[in-house]
Amino acid sequence: MPHSPVNPARAAASALATVLVATLAACGGVGSGGDQGGERTGGAASLTTMGFGLPDEIAKVRVDAFKKANPGVALQINEGQFDEQAFLSAVAAGNPPDVVYLSRDRIGSYAARGAIQPLDGCLSEQNVPTGDFYPAAQQQVKYDGKWYGVPEFYNSIVLVVNDKAAEDAGVDPADIDTSDWNRLAELAEKMTRTEGGKIERFGFYPKLPEFLPLWAKANGADILSADGRTSHLNDPKVAEALDYANGLVEAQGGWTKLKAFTDTFDYFGEGNPFVKDQIGAMLTEQFVVTAMAGTTPDVAITVLPFKDRQGNPVNNVGGNAWVVPKGAKNPDAACTWIKTMTAADTWIAAARARADKRAQEGKAYTGTYTGNAKADEVIFSEIVKPSGKKAFDDAVKVIRSVQQAGFVVPQSAAATEFKKAWEDAAIRVLQGDQKTADSLGRAQTEAQKAIDEATS
Amino acid sequence: MRRLRPETRWAYVFLLPWLIGLVIFQAGPMVASLVLSFTEYDLIGSPEFAGTANYARMAEDPKVARAIGNTVFYTLLHVPLAIALALALALVLNRITGRAAGAFRTIFYLPSMTPYVAVGVLFLFLLNGQAGMVNQFLGLFGIEGPQWTTDPDWVLPGIVVMSLWNLGSTTIILFAALRNVPRELSEAAMIDGAGTWQRFRAVTLPMISSALFFVVIINTITSLQMFDQVYTMFFGNQTAQQSYGDAALFYVVYLFQQAFQFLNMGYASALAWGLFLVIAAITLVQVKVGNRLVYYEAEERA
Repeated sequence: MPHSPVNPARAAASALATVLVATLAACGGVGSGGDQGGERTGGAASLTTMGFGLPDEIAKVRVDAFKKANPGVALQINEGQFDEQAFLSAVAAGNPPDVVYLSRDRIGSYAARGAIQPLDGCLSEQNVPTGDFYPAAQQQVKYDGKWYGVPEFYNSIVLVVNDKAAEDAGVDPADIDTSDWNRLAELAEKMTRTEGGKIERFGFYPKLPEFLPLWAKANGADILSADGRTSHLNDPKVAEALDYANGLVEAQGGWTKLKAFTDTFDYFGEGNPFVKDQIGAMLTEQFVVTAMAGTTPDVAITVLPFKDRQGNPVNNVGGNAWVVPKGAKNPDAACTWIKTMTAADTWIAAARARADKRAQEGKAYTGTYTGNAKADEVIFSEIVKPSGKKAFDDAVKVIRSVQQAGFVVPQSAAATEFKKAWEDAAIRVLQGDQKTADSLGRAQTEAQKAIDEATS
Repeated sequence: MRRLRPETRWAYVFLLPWLIGLVIFQAGPMVASLVLSFTEYDLIGSPEFAGTANYARMAEDPKVARAIGNTVFYTLLHVPLAIALALALALVLNRITGRAAGAFRTIFYLPSMTPYVAVGVLFLFLLNGQAGMVNQFLGLFGIEGPQWTTDPDWVLPGIVVMSLWNLGSTTIILFAALRNVPRELSEAAMIDGAGTWQRFRAVTLPMISSALFFVVIINTITSLQMFDQVYTMFFGNQTAQQSYGDAALFYVVYLFQQAFQFLNMGYASALAWGLFLVIAAITLVQVKVGNRLVYYEAEERA
């Protein structure tokens, strides 16, 4: 609909106004790319962050630690979610923030194009004990053997069961075992409830397309080679896993209805789908569980490891990382910032603050799951205390136990394109657009082409 | 050289700020994008000349075909429906006189004041197949509504439904045109025995044809450029990007993805120029056809 007299070229012009600015600025940026000197204004260095907010004490305590140790640095935190357009425009314009907080799974794409800097020098100069980070988190922030980011949180995937749904299906929730795919399919149907074409309860939510790498792993397949160069999306085991998980969705009412149903969920509120009995069981990151400990501490849930078909836990881990963009004005301060934010001591102080706050509110503290294994050891042995809520105390143990089983999809120069390829493939299958083998075949071609182009 | 008259010179002086803006903010970027469309450019490094590779890639890219299909489908549904509905609303508004008139005109324009992003989010709730009010309403008549937001066959019709919520500008333009239709013509026709439909068909429509023509062109162009609401609804965050596939992939959405998600700025520039040429062509055809159908008061019709 018209809103103002429109120039026929508006779409072209608006999309490309950015380009012109970017081009002009890029000319200035390239020449000064090697400049590593910190910008000093009025005798004090400045540090600008992007993609990071201060929502809670976990963030505030660590930021305060940095401020206290570096009083000379003028800190500017631009709060808000990471926005790739804003980030890339800033880098292209030669005026990037000094340090950026973003999802680890994008690092490969940015590293391969030189949008972010290697941090090996920074980490060794500052004596950062890199061995403290979980191996899977380390793997995810490295590209081509170099560190391009430092991991922040460490999110694990667990199975969360709604006890009532399990009991309705005549099963003890603690006995549910995802390694037997036939029994899991039966249970999913038993826990599902529909009334007159409307979904009342989603029996077992396999979290497709997001968790396709996890399902593939449970079936013994990796979707990408360890060096990030060869796509394995056409591995028959990937197809088998996708077929199975898609079959679960079909048997429970079909993707279109179930997706519309899950779109109405509020996982972090007092009316979460477990309290409302809208979910039988689902795979999810652990932060959904820890959020429930705060919002609905009396909810009847059982948290279990997701097991592969051999009966071993599998866990596709993820989280954010700190990176330093190309052309950052003050990489030294950025490095200090990164060290402070991810150090074991800082994490422990933040966890203590959170535990104190929870205690004041009379709520259970279910731990902070950091990328720093050394910090976690202290947090979970000294700070997290049994809360008396058995469901959550058990959940903490389960989450801790699956951390070592954490794996990641290896970094690749075409990380974004690769992810898009398998997500789209899974969606085509879920929407009934394409058969599994065909869809994954197409994804394989697209993904491999993108990887080859980005690495060449 | 013919000397400019002083008035004309002054006119250019007053136009200057706009002209400068046009060159710097519109023509400049367009030329830059044209140059970029022949390069490979990832926003980080410097552009590398790539000949017509980006245009060749466009022709082969199945997603471009899908995005064009979606966009054309939407445009073909949206434009006629939007104009028919807006005309109906304008006719109703034109009948309301007295004090209430101002209030009604304001109410009809209100949706246009709502930010696109808010509209997108709102309709994601309204259209939800399981809990949305649209299907609850259909349920009153015993109709089991489709899964507007998740069924790939219904996503585009859902977006059309959303687009029809906001007809403010089109309605206002048509309403203004209706106000300008001289009452005498209608009265004369009535005396000659013309019925309501005949008067509408033979008097009102020709008199507002230039306004209709304008809204057809403008609506077509904005439909082909559809971005904000669709992006908010189906691509606004990572979960959304993972969940709907290509069902709502509009052309400009794909252009944006190529530019800022996959860092193919050269390819995105080529896509933008493709769109520009298509819009220019469509507008040209519309003008040619329009010249035959539209009646301008100043001209004598044979």
